[in-house]
Amino acid sequence: MKIIVAIKQVPERDARIRIDAAGKWIDLADVEFTMNESDAYALEEALQLKEAHGGEVVVLTAGPERVGKTIREALAKGADRAIHIASETEDALAAYDALGVAQLLVAAVKDEQVDLILTGLQSDDLGLGQTGVILAELLGLPHATLILKIEKTETGIRVLRELEDGWFQHLELPTPAVLTVQSGNTKLRYATLMGIKKAKTKEVRTVSVAELAVPAQPVVVLEHVKLPTKQRTTQILGGSAAEASAALVEKLQFEVRAL
Amino acid sequence: MSSVLVFLEIRNREISRISCEAVAAGHALAESVGLPVDLALVASPGNPILEHIHGKLPRKVYAIDHPLLHAYTADGYTAACAQLIEHVKPAYVVFPHTYQVRDFAPALATRFQQVLISDVTGIETSNGAPTFIRQLLQGKLNATYRHTGSGPCFLSVQAGAFRADAPEAGTTVIEPFLPKLEAAQIRVQPGEPFRASAQTVDLASAQILVSVGRGIKEEANIAIVQELATALGAELAASRPICDAGWLPMDRQVGSSGQTVAPKVYVAIGISGAIQHLVGMKGSQCIVAINKDENAPIFEVADYGIVGDLFEIVPALTAAVRKIRK
Repeated sequence: MKIIVAIKQVPERDARIRIDAAGKWIDLADVEFTMNESDAYALEEALQLKEAHGGEVVVLTAGPERVGKTIREALAKGADRAIHIASETEDALAAYDALGVAQLLVAAVKDEQVDLILTGLQSDDLGLGQTGVILAELLGLPHATLILKIEKTETGIRVLRELEDGWFQHLELPTPAVLTVQSGNTKLRYATLMGIKKAKTKEVRTVSVAELAVPAQPVVVLEHVKLPTKQRTTQILGGSAAEASAALVEKLQFEVRAL
Repeated sequence: MSSVLVFLEIRNREISRISCEAVAAGHALAESVGLPVDLALVASPGNPILEHIHGKLPRKVYAIDHPLLHAYTADGYTAACAQLIEHVKPAYVVFPHTYQVRDFAPALATRFQQVLISDVTGIETSNGAPTFIRQLLQGKLNATYRHTGSGPCFLSVQAGAFRADAPEAGTTVIEPFLPKLEAAQIRVQPGEPFRASAQTVDLASAQILVSVGRGIKEEANIAIVQELATALGAELAASRPICDAGWLPMDRQVGSSGQTVAPKVYVAIGISGAIQHLVGMKGSQCIVAINKDENAPIFEVADYGIVGDLFEIVPALTAAVRKIRK
């Protein structure tokens, strides 16, 4: 099986949130980046499929130079090669909407004959949750979302899809197909020392955003960001752990009347 | 005449609550831009559900009907909705933000060269031009988006973000819509939905829930939260990462992929409050948050908060509860 895994690099979960000067994103100074969580699970599924059935795992990512770290991590874990859509600046990709980014991804892999395209179900930063489904539509491929398990069959694949409220469903799809993977169904591997060493010799093809000739013509634009306003007034109970706990118990006892 | 077209979902033979909220969002949007509202759902025209449209009256209800739509598939729904949109030509298309909508609406929007504005929590209109609020970075930031495309504007609304309107008396027009679909268009074969295991814990009936998240760090540490739950006479619950890691069984999971709860008291321990968790518990009467990060989104919905190290606070709280329970 030849599998492309689309991976995004996102700010770390506990990154400090300060709005940048343009008011359109957070200030990235001192922010650490990491592989988007559900994309890491998509990579893991791809590596397991390759181990079971042979083939190749190709990592596809877009972003400035910093995403090289995430590419090396994926290669060290066992991906065979990578395609990096390189943007010159931090905000060059922000000029594209979800459709534009998907068009860039499609343009970068147009010469690859693949069996599967995997990606996470949504990014932990923008959280649009659409890239995989848009890719499928642009490529004319069948797709399924929120996937927990992938099995190869004679004619294609059989997948386990998560529904709401603890329900599940199996689906059968012909290949090639696009799947978006849900987090948590399997254990993520760590890169081995040997893997890290090998990663240095693996191929990373870099294509610039400009080379792909996809004009930025967004139909949806982000105007500005704001810190959220509170939906409820939170009474913060201060003091030592014992003092705060005693205050909380008193509130639960006499104001909420729950104890 | 252009319109706001709202797609609804049926769950358990009723129009789902989040669909009613999407209808309310659709009406609010329609009023602000001066357009009529039409509704659409996949149902046979004779389905009694069509007589029970909650909320304000729409201009029309489209009953999308085809044998190939009896089981949901992204291929079938995308094609059918695309045909209805071409027929109705709405200016805005509104969906409830459900797993099913996430599965096909992005493809539908792409078919019209548009982008779905997903998981919208607010709509603000000035001078007849709406902007849409959605959350970034797991709820730590709000962003305002504007649709600048020339085609229809697609959006999906978050569960609980809009209040469903009270039903209005009167009648509306129910119009059957029969899309042209062929079996070959449906490339994915769906199986019957199933529940993995019998739900043995009914979190929904608990008066007090003590819920634990990533902040607990290790499986062995769950014991301190269990002790607090026992002292409070509460059920133990968890956010998704804890159940994914196998530290607690799946049937204790609260959130969009687990149970939806609204207890008298919900104590969130080491839970940052990603939206997938908040939708499952924000209806609780009283929410207590214990977290080391004062900017964690959980504090946006909490009534009481303690900012600090849960490994100090939880045992202290257990001791304080035991003191009055003695």
